[in-house]
Amino acid sequence: MNAESPVTAAVPVPTAQNRARRVWAYFLPIAFFAVLIWFFYKGLFLNPREVPSPLIGRPVPQFSLAQLHAPQQKFTPTDMKGQVWLLNVWGSWCVACRYEHPFLNELAKQQIVPVIGLNWKDEPSVAKAWLTKYGDPYRLSVSDLDGRVAIDWGVYGAPETFVVDKAGTIRHKLTGPIDAKILNETLLPMIRELKAR
Amino acid sequence: MNTDKLNTNLTNSPIGAPFQPFLAGKERWVRSLTLCVSVFICGFASLSSHAQVPTPQMPLPSPELAKRLKVLESELRCLVCQNETLAESPAGLASDLRREVRSLVEQGKTDAEIKSYLQARYGDFVLYRPPVVTKTYLLWFGPFGLLIVAGLSAWWVTRRRVAMPSTTTRVPETDSQQRARQLLESDDRVVEGNHK
Repeated sequence: MNAESPVTAAVPVPTAQNRARRVWAYFLPIAFFAVLIWFFYKGLFLNPREVPSPLIGRPVPQFSLAQLHAPQQKFTPTDMKGQVWLLNVWGSWCVACRYEHPFLNELAKQQIVPVIGLNWKDEPSVAKAWLTKYGDPYRLSVSDLDGRVAIDWGVYGAPETFVVDKAGTIRHKLTGPIDAKILNETLLPMIRELKAR
Repeated sequence: MNTDKLNTNLTNSPIGAPFQPFLAGKERWVRSLTLCVSVFICGFASLSSHAQVPTPQMPLPSPELAKRLKVLESELRCLVCQNETLAESPAGLASDLRREVRSLVEQGKTDAEIKSYLQARYGDFVLYRPPVVTKTYLLWFGPFGLLIVAGLSAWWVTRRRVAMPSTTTRVPETDSQQRARQLLESDDRVVEGNHK
């Protein structure tokens, strides 16, 4: 083709309106794309396993269960009235519980807060052996043999930890194992604040 | 876990076929398959040994009860395997919840009551069909909004095209444009000619 052919003359002369329209035509898809990317980026850091509990801010679901180490004695959450306490859902079959166990042991050693263990669908003898082996940080554990109490508490995995205030209201729920970061940044400040009230 | 189901699954497995020629005889093939199956079953058995306390077997539900349970359970989410319904999920919690649902049904609770029972414990997430609340408006009506936007912009674009036919027919060709067109057309002919 002849290099001098004035093909460029076929392009219509851009008017102000035309230019504005063209800017929009470029800008809109890019803006749309940017918003989409922002959502996707945010989504990368969300944890779909963390289902918000509707029980936060509600009184604890009541139960009466046999204690793991003294089956003839019952425990009910009203026994803890007037204290800030934790309910920790655990089982000897639960691998992640073993991970968080040292942190609970430390919590018990420093006597910061009483922890009640909800031994979820476990064989009591195995559970007791497990505590002997890894240490028993619980003031006491109760045996939820058929998992009914766990359902009332909205438990869907172990470990889970509930923070209960003096009035017996659930203040916080942790799903998954406690680690140093959660302990120092979430649990301890919250417990301190609830105790001060 | 249903072992019969496992057996048939493995024997019907499409993976089975390509492996067959590498084994010496049919007998050996059968033996290795049996081994695979038993390893599988043992695996699952050891997994389910974690299932701690044996739950007492409930009598089979009557056909109409079974039907209602099936419908109800397929509208509830298993919180362990989040993309499965209670009816589908093999998780321990799912079976506990199924037992709970069944006992509620047998107590004469309505479907709505059973759903709100679970909702009070596990939140809206337990419902497979999210409720229409302010938080979920975008989810429920967003697609329709997008459809309306798409329809409007399509209408807008086509209306503009109809109202304003292509500029080349409206604006008279300048001399240079005419020359360019002629050159292009003649070029086309040359290209076609080269191919022939």
